[in-house]
Amino acid sequence: MNSSILLSLTTFIYGFAAFFYIVSVVFKKPFFGKTGTWTCLAGIAGNTGGIIMRWIESYRFGIGHAPLSNLYESLVFFSLVIVAIYLVVEKTYANRSLGAFTTPLAFLAMAYASLSPNISDRIQPLMPALKSNWLIAHVITCFIGYAAFAIAFGLGIMFLLKQKDSQGKVPFIKLFPDLHIMDELSHQMIMFGFLFLSAGIITGAVWANSAWGRYWGWDPKETWSLITWFIYATLLHARFMRGWHGKRLAYLSIIGFIAVLFTYFGVNLLSGLHSYGR
Amino acid sequence: MKKNKNSDSPSNRLWKFFASVKLTVTLLIIIALTCIIGTVIPQNESPSADSLRYGEFLYRIFRVLSIFDMYHSWWFQFLIFFLAANIIVCSIDRLSSTWKVIFKKTPSFDIAKLKNSCKEEFTASCTPHELKTLFLPLLSKLFKYTNMQDRDNGFIIYAEKGRWTKLGVYAVHFSVILLLIGGLIGSYFGFDGSVIIPEGKSVKNVILRNTGAGQPLDFEIRCDDFNVAFYESGMPKEYRSALTILENGKPVLTKNVIVNDPLRYRGINIFQSSYGAMQPENITLSFTDRNTGTALRKKISLGEQIDLPGTFGKFTLNKYLHSYNFRGHNLGEAFAGTLTPPNGEPEEVILPINFSGFDKMRMGSIVISPEDTEQLYYTGLQVTKDPGVPVVYSGFIMMIIGCFITFFISHIRFCVEVVKKKGKSIVIVAGISNKSITGMEARTKKLNKLLSDTIRG
Repeated sequence: MNSSILLSLTTFIYGFAAFFYIVSVVFKKPFFGKTGTWTCLAGIAGNTGGIIMRWIESYRFGIGHAPLSNLYESLVFFSLVIVAIYLVVEKTYANRSLGAFTTPLAFLAMAYASLSPNISDRIQPLMPALKSNWLIAHVITCFIGYAAFAIAFGLGIMFLLKQKDSQGKVPFIKLFPDLHIMDELSHQMIMFGFLFLSAGIITGAVWANSAWGRYWGWDPKETWSLITWFIYATLLHARFMRGWHGKRLAYLSIIGFIAVLFTYFGVNLLSGLHSYGR
Repeated sequence: MKKNKNSDSPSNRLWKFFASVKLTVTLLIIIALTCIIGTVIPQNESPSADSLRYGEFLYRIFRVLSIFDMYHSWWFQFLIFFLAANIIVCSIDRLSSTWKVIFKKTPSFDIAKLKNSCKEEFTASCTPHELKTLFLPLLSKLFKYTNMQDRDNGFIIYAEKGRWTKLGVYAVHFSVILLLIGGLIGSYFGFDGSVIIPEGKSVKNVILRNTGAGQPLDFEIRCDDFNVAFYESGMPKEYRSALTILENGKPVLTKNVIVNDPLRYRGINIFQSSYGAMQPENITLSFTDRNTGTALRKKISLGEQIDLPGTFGKFTLNKYLHSYNFRGHNLGEAFAGTLTPPNGEPEEVILPINFSGFDKMRMGSIVISPEDTEQLYYTGLQVTKDPGVPVVYSGFIMMIIGCFITFFISHIRFCVEVVKKKGKSIVIVAGISNKSITGMEARTKKLNKLLSDTIRG
């Protein structure tokens, strides 16, 4: 057993969890929802175990470093945070329908990491620029932020579906939490994500200042993270100050997550200093 | 602000314009959209490459709009300052009223509002008077402010905490202003330069990145040694420069600088950024007598002339050739020298470093072969000064604290009402918060349970 096998296994576990949640919502079978929760817990165990094993393996290769240094490792961590935050929400709000919209994201991230031919899962040594204690703080804060936005994105889509179907014609939409609860929860997620995105940008700036002698350089990834920050800042102001609720915020939350995805993946198409994130 | 003024006066209208959140939202969206341009169009590249890529017409338009350096263009900076003015005016406009609310000695309560909020109740088998002696000390311990009012058939206690958290949002706004001020200080009083130092040499000036002008330093930087280490895969592992700071020619500080671990001295930061090989200045040569086979090894520097034993005369090392072409083949780095016999014509000798037997082909009576060169490196350092960094960093800290307070610490208010009913008391706990509703429901339940537990035990 090594980390690669365990993490591939985790991909399938998340796939099953997503399947159970979707079945539970579509066919209104609470049993499948509960199975989904237990599958998620197994997935978290596998995911965490895989990350720890990978960390130990890197030391065995004599190039020890935290497994947060390339696209593969970041995707694996991203999935873990999505599922962990989701389970906390599930417990707090006692509603499993959100699982059908968030666990697929974790599954897709893991599957993309494991299966894409462009992503190497080899444990590689760190290049000089990445050898910093800020690496861990920067990656962890950024991906907690991204994961919270991912869940807000799932909620945004659920909100729009439920609002379109106000008469409750589609049976599975009836199981979604009330509109005001989804609105409130997505707001909570965005505040949480915004705090961590800010912390992620800040740790990145402090790191850049110790590696390259400047805390901000308008590198495409830096700029896109700022664009994302501006979109969510707009959303927060619209809600706090202009009283925006519901549909308009759901759309903004979806746009915000598209910006997150572009900051994460799209920027690799452009050139810049974050090229090791490919 | 400015309540006494005529609301239609121009200054008042200007103030209102800057104090509007619509402006904030508009500016945030415009800045976010324009930021995209600079990530798609490469910044600060050579004009010739730009005009080739976009064609003459587009190139001129982009040029006029400073698209090729858009984050430093007048219009982008104007947008940023517009936003800063908006933030400042908005904050001042609202802070005065918030301030009055926060620092009021006796906060007022709106009972009707509280009663519309999260509510829990229970019945206790004791009189309101007994409950008062239990609840009042407990609530004043848990909350920053409490206020008790007696009613005909009971009493009401108001309790609240977290009023100060309304200041969190001003901390966030102030932090953004700090970041901008820090950035301004950096661009006016700092510099960003680079310098190349060969091993063993020292410099007193750096080249500025923007203008290419020289920037003198108050001290000298000497590179004692440079090393690059590789992983087995050939990927670079570490770039390390051993640097010494010299003040008036005397060494005052020595440090190994690697990526992510700069040297900081008197407000100047020195970062490892690049390296390269210097052209070699000396080489060890071996001179072999073709007849006897006796060899002589000797180290010789560029321009140096040495006397050879016996009748071979003199040898001069003239120059270093970056690449030497021999009958259409590139033989790489080479040295060129002159062999001058005691009585005869001087003869040119080429010594390719990687082909030590090359000189045999000359068929001379002495064979000169290069043995090893001393490879010297230069280190490329980035040298910056940014007195704005402490301001920016305090902005960072303030932003995180401010966001945390604004998002996660709420101003919570409770109203505990006790009404006498048939020898028993009904206790109603109502709570309201300016943040999460769901969180408040849980809090209200918790307080309700705490109060009922107090009576029992």
